[in-house]
Amino acid sequence: MNFDPRFSGRKFASVGTRPIRPDGVDKVTGRARYGADFNMAGQLVGRVLRSPHAHAIIRKIDTSKAEKLAGVKAVITAADLPDLTDGDAAMYDILDNCMARTKALYDGHAVAAVAAIDARTARQALKLIEVDYEILPHVTDVDEAMQHHAPLINDTIFTEGLEEKPVKPSNVTKRSQFGHGDVHQGFGHADFIVERSFKTEQTHQGYIEPHACVASVSSDGTADLWVCTQGHFVYRQHCAQLLGMEASKLRVTSSEIGGGFGGKTHVWAEPVALALSRKAGRPVKLVMTRDEVFRASGPTSATSIDVKIGARKDGTITAAEATLRYSAGPYAGSWAEIGAMTAFACYKLDNVKTVGYEVLVNRPKTAAYRAPSAPMAAFAVESAVDELAKELSMDPVDFRIKNAAQEGTRSSYGPVYGPIGIGPTLEAVKNHAHMKAPLAKNQGRGMACGFWFNFGGQTCVDLNIGMDGSVSLAVGTVDVGGSRASLSLVAAEELGIDYSQLKAIVADTSSLGYNDMTDGSRGTFSSSMATISAARNAIKILRERAAQMWDISVDDVVWEQGHAVAKGEKHGNLGKLSLKEIAAESGKTGGPIAGHSELVADGAGVSFATHICDIEVDPETGSTRVIRYTVVQDAGKAVHPTYVEGQYQGGAAQGIGWALNEEYIYGKDGRLQNAGFLDYRIPVCSDLPMIDTQILEIPNPNHPYGVRGVGETSIVPPLAAIANAVSNAAGVRMTHIPMSPPRILAAIEAERGG
Amino acid sequence: MAGIAVSTTINGDITEYLCQPDETLLDVLRDRLGLTGAKEGCGTGDCGACSIILDNRLVCSCLVLGAEAEGRRIETVEGMAHGDQLHTLQQKFLEHAALQCGICTPGFLIAAKDLLAKNPDPSEEEIRFGLAGNLCRCTGYDKIVRAVQDAAHVMKGA
Ligand code: FES
Ligand code: FES
Repeated sequence: MNFDPRFSGRKFASVGTRPIRPDGVDKVTGRARYGADFNMAGQLVGRVLRSPHAHAIIRKIDTSKAEKLAGVKAVITAADLPDLTDGDAAMYDILDNCMARTKALYDGHAVAAVAAIDARTARQALKLIEVDYEILPHVTDVDEAMQHHAPLINDTIFTEGLEEKPVKPSNVTKRSQFGHGDVHQGFGHADFIVERSFKTEQTHQGYIEPHACVASVSSDGTADLWVCTQGHFVYRQHCAQLLGMEASKLRVTSSEIGGGFGGKTHVWAEPVALALSRKAGRPVKLVMTRDEVFRASGPTSATSIDVKIGARKDGTITAAEATLRYSAGPYAGSWAEIGAMTAFACYKLDNVKTVGYEVLVNRPKTAAYRAPSAPMAAFAVESAVDELAKELSMDPVDFRIKNAAQEGTRSSYGPVYGPIGIGPTLEAVKNHAHMKAPLAKNQGRGMACGFWFNFGGQTCVDLNIGMDGSVSLAVGTVDVGGSRASLSLVAAEELGIDYSQLKAIVADTSSLGYNDMTDGSRGTFSSSMATISAARNAIKILRERAAQMWDISVDDVVWEQGHAVAKGEKHGNLGKLSLKEIAAESGKTGGPIAGHSELVADGAGVSFATHICDIEVDPETGSTRVIRYTVVQDAGKAVHPTYVEGQYQGGAAQGIGWALNEEYIYGKDGRLQNAGFLDYRIPVCSDLPMIDTQILEIPNPNHPYGVRGVGETSIVPPLAAIANAVSNAAGVRMTHIPMSPPRILAAIEAERGG
Repeated sequence: MAGIAVSTTINGDITEYLCQPDETLLDVLRDRLGLTGAKEGCGTGDCGACSIILDNRLVCSCLVLGAEAEGRRIETVEGMAHGDQLHTLQQKFLEHAALQCGICTPGFLIAAKDLLAKNPDPSEEEIRFGLAGNLCRCTGYDKIVRAVQDAAHVMKGA
């Protein structure tokens, strides 16, 4: 039966309710097993030696002393992870990032690893490994790295996307451009133009659970990997390819995951753990320390962005232009490209142009972080939009409403929008009580909009009906924040049964077909689509079995509220058969009943949000306090509203940290100076107020229930909303994130002095 | 290196173990005793994921040595429920969805239990400051604070 994914309006029974999640009790009793909570018999402890230099040639590594230490079972270097990537440049970069080959490219870059009988021996062994480095000049700042005299990080990189093929290598890996119309002409029609430059510093996803895995390679060539990941199927492919294994022989089980936010979509230590296990012939557990998490995993890009926007007196934007430079770490990525696509996505623009530059620096390889690249672009654009509204003496909300994209608008990155939520979120904000709350002295209010694409992708689900009528749902998208509850609700909805009759699990890579990562807010969107399809397939079988039990044609059997019902005059005296009754007879009517689904979920449906916040600034110290915060976002359809609110609040809190506190601080020596939660300070409970949420539901036409991804958009507006609030409170435009007290104070003093 | 013999009480049960002099109590709980409810988020006392109650004091078990537990009384998340009866805080955390990934949850539950033991009727601000030693990256704390408020309300009535 062909599955029709289109939205069809319906009255929901289960979807939209707020039951307790199926994995909840294990998580409040300490029983849930995360990456580091798993052990195997005979397991060794793995540890990684990391470069203390930002940029250095590795002349020689002498591991002989470490190998001789009692209790050391394996020592590996890049030589133990030979290059099997066969010209695949992206895979080569992953390999090189897991274990430096010829050069260490950042402070924290792995250069060797050991497996030993205990942690103490492993630590001792690391100290016995001698690495001979030739230190090279380094560069960690995105703007400096673009200069002609900057130290070259990779001399095989020539900028892509330029009209003329460059003759000299460069730290700029790629130029990308988006837009339409003629911005030059557009600015010609503007009465007011705002032009500004902005900077944002690098931040880390900051998941509380460090990367952890247990790898076990057997002598028969099979292997098991237990790991905290957002995508165990992708980890399997990457690890298998890097180790020269067949993917089917590597079974990857995703543990409970203690936060990811994009940071657990990339392999880091897993190939190293597998290589150690292969060499030692024993299972190896490898858990990163917090210091390693900061120095060698994550983070997001640091950016430098120029924005220019022009408008007519009536408030119509005539042209918008941005140049965006994103740091990628030492390997090519497409972070600037994504930033350039999202920058003006909220607006209806006749003339728009964005140019992105992807820049190599001696910092860790940039990883996805919740709506990657979008928050920084939104910070720059939404700050300029606010300033322009001021020049026009227009209310910032009204100015945005006037220029907001609508259904049918050609987006700044190309596609034409379907039904979208930017206008409705702005209208909701305009009418929100928060906008009328009184502001005290030194307090300012700011608002801003944000956009994210949302992903769909490959998804596979198994729905098995037990003989007792209970239903188990096996999904392949990792549950990062309550998706098992949401997917159970969806299955309950479709089957017409009670939520308590269902249990959802995340299946390992050998038990289910391939699934893409849980990234791009795709988990609930795509797996719910597959769940609906699997349930519909199961219903077809349930109807067949009921027809058999009644001895009538299946065409006369319909499925209503969890029951098979015989339709038609002639069947008037047949009662109903519940799912449970049909399941109980399944052994006699053809065996187990199940529904499967394998699909590519298309049309994830773009997502928009508008945030409001009130900030108090102490003009004497530059310190800030968040007074009120409100998130308004379109969810398409909120499957489990409480977890949707949770996503909104969590994204906002991360954005608040990014806007006000968090940043990677590098010394002149190119070393990270704040690789710990004490000095890299994420928001704590006492830093934040309650975070108010408003869920709008503008159905996604490409999902049967109208669901859109909800996980990421909430981190897009906060940087800008807070910058606008701080600027209003302090009376000076803030252009550098984070707005830490010294930066705010400097801005206030410069304004006073100037 | 010879181990140190320790006798202590964990969740009401007398427990004995050998540990190295430089081994943290967190490592002992997790690696020697299989009590993996306490998590290591940082190992430096900055995240609270490893929170336990040691003789009525809330501590980061990553900052306590295993050997220091001799003769003392330890409470961990594994001891919060009575049989299949969840502690009110555990129940309220579930009802309010005060966890997303849940890695911080054991630490928050222990810290909240300690807070309510000392202050059964905390204001929102007292809750926020009382839990400021525990990091959560997923929730923005809103639902955690509400769960603790609700639990305090129920526990007062009980
Ligand atoms: S692990 Fe003890 S405070 Fe973080
Ligand atoms: S729920 Fe994930 S860190 Fe708190």
